[in-house]
Amino acid sequence: MIPQAVLNHETAPTEGALVEVKNLSVTYKTRAGYTKAVDDISFTINKGEVLGLAGESACGKTTTALSLIRLLGSNAQTEGQVLINGKDILTMSQEQLRNLRWKQVSLIPQGSMNSLDPVIQIGNQIVEAISAHTRVPRRQAWEMTTQLLSSVAIHPSRARNYPHEFSGGMKQRTVIAMALALNPLLVIADEPTTALDVVVQKQLLILLKGLQSKLGISFLFVTHDLSVIAEIADRIAIMYAGRIVEIGKKDDVLKHPSHPYTEALVNSVPKVFGDRQTLNSILGNPPSGIWPTGCRFHPRCKYAFELCKEKEPQLLKSKTGSQAACHLISANA
Amino acid sequence: MASRTGERPILEVRGLKVYFQKRQGIIGRKTTIHAVDDVTITIASGEILSLVGESGSGKSTLARTIVKLNQPTSGQIFYHGQDVFKQTRKETKQLRRRVQMIFQDPYESLNPHSTVFDTIIEPSIIHGLVTRNKKNRNAIVERMLKLVGLDPATKMDRYPHQLSGGERQRVAIARALSLEPDLLIADEPVSMLDVSIRLGVLHLLQTLKEELKLTYLFITHDLGVARYISARIAVMYFGKIVEVAETDDLINHPLHHYTNLLLASVPGTENSPVVTAKLDVEYASNLADPPSGCRFHPRCPYAKEKCSVEEPKLIELRQGHYAACNYPLPG
Repeated sequence: MIPQAVLNHETAPTEGALVEVKNLSVTYKTRAGYTKAVDDISFTINKGEVLGLAGESACGKTTTALSLIRLLGSNAQTEGQVLINGKDILTMSQEQLRNLRWKQVSLIPQGSMNSLDPVIQIGNQIVEAISAHTRVPRRQAWEMTTQLLSSVAIHPSRARNYPHEFSGGMKQRTVIAMALALNPLLVIADEPTTALDVVVQKQLLILLKGLQSKLGISFLFVTHDLSVIAEIADRIAIMYAGRIVEIGKKDDVLKHPSHPYTEALVNSVPKVFGDRQTLNSILGNPPSGIWPTGCRFHPRCKYAFELCKEKEPQLLKSKTGSQAACHLISANA
Repeated sequence: MASRTGERPILEVRGLKVYFQKRQGIIGRKTTIHAVDDVTITIASGEILSLVGESGSGKSTLARTIVKLNQPTSGQIFYHGQDVFKQTRKETKQLRRRVQMIFQDPYESLNPHSTVFDTIIEPSIIHGLVTRNKKNRNAIVERMLKLVGLDPATKMDRYPHQLSGGERQRVAIARALSLEPDLLIADEPVSMLDVSIRLGVLHLLQTLKEELKLTYLFITHDLGVARYISARIAVMYFGKIVEVAETDDLINHPLHHYTNLLLASVPGTENSPVVTAKLDVEYASNLADPPSGCRFHPRCPYAKEKCSVEEPKLIELRQGHYAACNYPLPG
C-alpha cells in the first residue's frame, strides 16, 4: 500500500509545520486479538494553529492524541513517525520525553477535571506540575500560578481552595492553566468541554481561543462535537474507523464537505438557528475494531458503488482544496 | 396556563416544590437544596414539550417527581386531572403503567443479566398483562422490537453488552412502550449516543408519537435537539421555569436573559445573539443558596435593583409566550 505521505496529501511548508505525523499506526493487543485502532494516518499541525480532530466512538481520535505525547499503554504497538519540531518522539529516550512533556507538549486528558487531586489545594497542584518539570524555585512557581489562574479568569485568592469547592467549569479551567504553565508549543486537548454545560463551554472556548492566539500555541483539539470544532478549529480532520477520511480548512470541510461521511455527519446535527431542516440519519453503526473491506464507510454510504467494497480509497485533493479519501473524487478527477 | 384546545391537559404541575436536605461535611450544618422551586406547567395531550436547562436546573428532578420517584415537598401534579400524590395503590399502579420514562444512559438503564426478550417482557409480567403462554410473550416482544426498528430474530436473545448504544436505547424505548403508555418522559435520551445515531432515535420517537398517539416531555440541554423535536420549549434555571414559548418564538424572540444566554452559547454558529455574560461571576453549583429576588440576577447583564429584591413571576407577556423577568427583552 502506498504510504499517504508519498501521495498528493496536504503539504504545509515545513517551516510552518510544528507537528508532522507520518504513517502513524497503533495496534492494541487485546484478549480478543489485535485491533488496529489507528491505521496509517498522516497529518501536520502548523505553528499557532488549531487542528480539530473529529469523529465518533472507536474512530481512533483519542489514541492518535495520546500517541503524540507517547502516553499509550504497554499493550499498544506504535508505528510510523511523530515529528515535533523536527524530532521523532517515537524514538526518544525517557529522558528526552521528560524534557518534551509539559514543556513542549502538554495534555488535557478526557475527563481531566475529575482527576484533580481532591486532597491538595488547587494552587499547590499547579505548583507541583511546574516543580516536576523545571527547577523553578517554589516562590516563583507560586507567582506563576497566580498569574496562570488570572489568565483563566479564576481569582488568585481561590488558589487555596480544594477541587470540590470549584465548579466543573472552574476545574476545567484549572486543568487548562496547568497545561499552559510552561508555555508549551503544542497542547493536546481531548474532549475538554464535553462534560460542561453549554454556557460554561462557550466561555471556555472563547478563553481558549484568546489564549491560543495570544500565546501562539498550537492545539490538537479532539472532540465528537462538530459545533465545538466549528467554534475553535482552523483546520479539521475527520476520522472514521482508524483512518482520516477528510482533512482541510474548517469552512471547506464543514460547509462544502468532500467526503460522504463528513457530509452525512454535518447533516445529522440539528441546528438551533436558520431554516428548519429535514435531516436524514445515517443507517448502521460506526464500526468498532472490525473494519469493513474496501472503503470502511461503504456499508453506510448512500453513494457507494462496486469499487468501494473492494478497494480502499486514498486521500486525494478534492475540488474545495480539502483532502478526502473517496473513490468519487478520483472518479471525477 | 390552560391548553389551547380547551381540553384538559394530560399533565398539570402546580406550584411544585422538591427540596432535599443535605448535610455539609461530616459535622456541618444542614442545608436545603431547592431542586424544584414552585414550578407550574401543563402539557397538552399529543404535544412534545421540551424542558431545557443546564445541570442543576432541576429538570431531571422534576421528571422523576412526575413518575413518583421523588416525593414533593409541596405542590401538586395532576395526571388526567387526578392528583398523583393522593392516589390509591391501584391508581398508582395505573400511573406507573401509563407514564413511562426513558433514561439518558443506555449503558445503565438495562439489566446486564437480562436478555432483550426478558427486558421487554418483564414490565408486562409485573403488571399482569401476559399469560405464561410462550407464544403470546414471543408475539409481544416481536411486535415491540419491530416497532423500534430492531430485527427480532437477531436481537431477541442478545444481552445489553452485545448491543450498541443506539440499539440499547431502542430496547429501552420498546420496554417503555410495551405497557401502552400515553405519556413518555425522555430524560436526555440521545445525549450519550454517537452523533450519527442520534437522529435515527429522534426520528423513531417522532414516528412512534404519531402512530401511538403519545405525549412527550423531552428533557435536554441541547437546544438544537429541542428545536428539532418539539413544538414548545420550557427553560429551567435554578429550580424555576423562566420562560415557556413555542419553539420558533423562543429561539427567535426570547424574552428572558437566561434564554438569551443559552442561545448565545450555542457553539459554531454566526447566528447566535451577542451577549456579554460576566465570566468572573461563578454560577453557584451550590443549590442550597439561591440568590435573592430573581435567581439569575447575579449573572444578568440587564439586572437592576429591583431584580435582587423582587422575584419575578412567570406571566404571559405575549400570546402563548411566558417569561419570569422584571425587565424582559423587547423581542
